[in-house]
Amino acid sequence: MTATATTTGSFVRLEHVSASYEHEGQLVAAVEDVTLAVPQGAFVAVTGPSGCGKTTLLKLLAGLLRPSRGEVRVGGVPVRGPQKNVGMAFQNPILLPWRRTLDNVLLPLEIVEPHKRRFRQQRAEYAERARALLASVGMDGFGQRHPWEMSGGQQQRVSLCRALIHQPELLLLDEPFGALDAFTREELWLVLQGLWLERRFTVFLVTHDLREAIFLADVVYVMSPRPGRVVYETAVPLGRPRSLEDTFTPPFTETYHAVRRHIGEGGGR
Amino acid sequence: MRRARWQEWLPPGLVILGAFVLWEGLVALLRIPVFILPGPTAVWAAYLKWQEAIWFNAAQTLYTTLVGFGLALAGGMGLGLAIGYSTLVYRALYPLLVAFNSVPKVAIVPVLVIWFGIGTIPAILTAFLISFFPIVVNVATGLATLEPELQDVLRSLGATKREIFLKIGIPRSLPYFFASLKVAVTLAFVGAVISETVAANRGIGYLMIAASSRFEVPLVFAGLVVVAAMGVALFVLFAVIERQLTGWAYRGQAL
Repeated sequence: MTATATTTGSFVRLEHVSASYEHEGQLVAAVEDVTLAVPQGAFVAVTGPSGCGKTTLLKLLAGLLRPSRGEVRVGGVPVRGPQKNVGMAFQNPILLPWRRTLDNVLLPLEIVEPHKRRFRQQRAEYAERARALLASVGMDGFGQRHPWEMSGGQQQRVSLCRALIHQPELLLLDEPFGALDAFTREELWLVLQGLWLERRFTVFLVTHDLREAIFLADVVYVMSPRPGRVVYETAVPLGRPRSLEDTFTPPFTETYHAVRRHIGEGGGR
Repeated sequence: MRRARWQEWLPPGLVILGAFVLWEGLVALLRIPVFILPGPTAVWAAYLKWQEAIWFNAAQTLYTTLVGFGLALAGGMGLGLAIGYSTLVYRALYPLLVAFNSVPKVAIVPVLVIWFGIGTIPAILTAFLISFFPIVVNVATGLATLEPELQDVLRSLGATKREIFLKIGIPRSLPYFFASLKVAVTLAFVGAVISETVAANRGIGYLMIAASSRFEVPLVFAGLVVVAAMGVALFVLFAVIERQLTGWAYRGQAL
């Protein structure tokens, strides 16, 4: 439980972070005094009731939002805006409909340095890299499809590839499988685990699916209702790689129950 | 998946043919005199008789229309992008644009004639003025309705405002742009012909005014049909270009 209690030497660090947003002229506190630390290469999941500021947390890490108090650090550097070593995938795949799959995956390389500079000369190389990445998520031969010609699960695979093509050190996932059916979702858990085991980027997953959080993550954080605070933290006592069978083992269910008990806790202060 | 060609062309072809047959039938049945409403056969006869004069004037109208439309296309795209890019420009210019568009263009023609004299330039300017607005509004709308999620994808990568504009703003507004071109090109014809009927010595509008003052009503109608045919031709042209460039917006379905 204290696996990540020390915040020194961690890759992602939030220290006493509070953030609020404006809604109809009023400041709403989204997260309050959140302190957590994620070592490099770890897979953490944040879960909690809806409206607990999970997405706000991701936006803070992505540099899309500035904290009102506290400090966010990624790779030892304070986050002051969007960064190039971060990849992000959202609940909806949000592919650009006028681009084919391959060009959608290549998009970050057209924006993030140093790839942006080299993009024109090395397009063939980058396309090859994108094709290999697509193949690794089971999307071999889909490069020339338009987004609307694919299922939701296929689009989400492409979205994952787009988040990873520029080889970010930190992958931010905002309920990436929330809109998918249960079978596709479990399939994509395995795809994501495979990618992570192979490349070992740091993952920060936000989800309200507890099974998803426990299946995928090393450490699961539970947040309280708004304003979101971390009320529980647990390390998942399962080895790697995990199979879907593991979700029926006692350590899994015990962790599930422990996490479930803390959902909805600490609301209203 | 793709529908057969005859399915695309047959229904509109039959409707047009039916309209002509109905028109001819009513004119014959009600014995409407030719100087009130000529039937299609009388119009066709007038067309054959005046073919050379009609095409001479039609070429002028086509020329003024296309030049005016070209100006509207460049100006409309430019202003539309500027308005969509910056909320400041949008707020500053939008009321003036709406006011400007509310002015009936026929009322402007005499002013244009005072400034530029009778002939080509007022026709071009009227075509420009009347087709400019829909292009501006559509391009600006395309940019204004850019989904915030799409922007977040690029912003999270550290894209600049200019990059967001180039990578998603412009592609996203292209379907709106082309939709407006189909409307604008037919409006440009309206503008050119209006101007020619008021003040010109060449062009289909001039031809029709001259013919009607001599009670050559079949010739008036021949002029109308030629204008309509040119309008349809340009509409189809832009529809084809649209389908080529923004097929994604229709998800591969034929229009």
